[in-house]
Amino acid sequence: MASENPTASEYIQHHLQNLTFGQHPDGTWGIAHGAAEAADMGFWAIHLDTMGFSIALGLLFIWLFRKAAKKASAETPSGLQNFVELMVEFVDGSVKETFHGKSKVVAPLALTIFVWVFLMNLMDLIPVDFLPTLASLAGIPYFKVVPTTDMNATLGMAFSVFFLIVFYSIKVKGISGFIGELTLQPFGKWMIPFNLLLEGVGLIAKPISLALRLFGNLYAGELIFILIAILPFWVQWALSVPWAIFHILVIVLQAFIFMMLTIVYLSMAHEDH
Amino acid sequence: MNLNLTLIGQAISFAFFVWFCMKYVWPPVIAALEERSAKIADGLEAANRASRDLELAQEKATHTLRESKEQAAEIIEQANKRANQIIDEAKEQALADGQRLRDAANSEIEQDVVRAKEALRAQVSQLALIGAEKILGASVDEKAHSELVEKLAQEL
Repeated sequence: MASENPTASEYIQHHLQNLTFGQHPDGTWGIAHGAAEAADMGFWAIHLDTMGFSIALGLLFIWLFRKAAKKASAETPSGLQNFVELMVEFVDGSVKETFHGKSKVVAPLALTIFVWVFLMNLMDLIPVDFLPTLASLAGIPYFKVVPTTDMNATLGMAFSVFFLIVFYSIKVKGISGFIGELTLQPFGKWMIPFNLLLEGVGLIAKPISLALRLFGNLYAGELIFILIAILPFWVQWALSVPWAIFHILVIVLQAFIFMMLTIVYLSMAHEDH
Repeated sequence: MNLNLTLIGQAISFAFFVWFCMKYVWPPVIAALEERSAKIADGLEAANRASRDLELAQEKATHTLRESKEQAAEIIEQANKRANQIIDEAKEQALADGQRLRDAANSEIEQDVVRAKEALRAQVSQLALIGAEKILGASVDEKAHSELVEKLAQEL
């Protein structure tokens, strides 16, 4: 906690502040104390909590799935293998339904997105004060446990997807084809500036909407958990339990939407008009 | 809400996880799944084939059974026929044998009769001679009367 008896707004702000590591304006490197200091650090700073949790969860994902993949055989599966196969089949089915091009990347990409985003969203269900309190006991002033409530995390993934969209568009249609797609639709060559504006916005909107949708949903969910946590402890359960149950749906759904939209975007990038 | 290096860090770790998943997670699991579905398909096909085979075998078995029943009936019929034939042959043989035996016996009897008649005739001629001698009191010249006696004996 920032102070001994924080007001409600201090409490909320504290919970929404990432553990930022960067260069202070005076030239020293260190952890930012408070939102203003973090903002002063500019672009060359990093959210240690977001990176830490997302990498840890990503490693958990690849460790679990690698473990099952190593044991994978055509024999009767059991336990972990069952679960992993279920996920793989589910993602594989979704990809095959939507994506008709040939690519070795799309299906594993979709699986990684789904599981990783789901795991990061899942952190939302840990009571909001558990980990930050433990962290503050360990001397860490700020601790935001849900990486997907940090726009850097969702935008980082969305930009990666955007990069893949552009990459595959150019790979499948060639540079001229890609530029043609951006400029010659929908109104023919006499309206090139207008077309470019329209298609350009459409293209840029893909990663932005992808990132903001996930971020917005999870940020709002987290905020509501924080608001509930301000209430007296004896009524919290009455609100946090229904909200958490509802949130189980939200976190799966958001992970699924992120995955599905990625597949759809990449499928569109593969289609020749 | 600051955009900062976290964005790039996140993109890098995302790329790493995707790469790892693509390289080490996806292929073995998909391979296992495909292998299993192929195995299941094979199993189902084998089951179908087995039931078809069973049907064929049953058909064949009924066919063979019917055939062998027919054969058995034929064999029995032939055996009966042959038995009747053998019996008939035996009967004929027995009749023929009996006839032959009877004929032989008859001819033997006839011969015996002839032989007995001859003997009797000789004895009768002798007796006649003796009787005549006695009656005539004199010896009859056998040589002179033998012709007469022969004639007599022949008439007997």
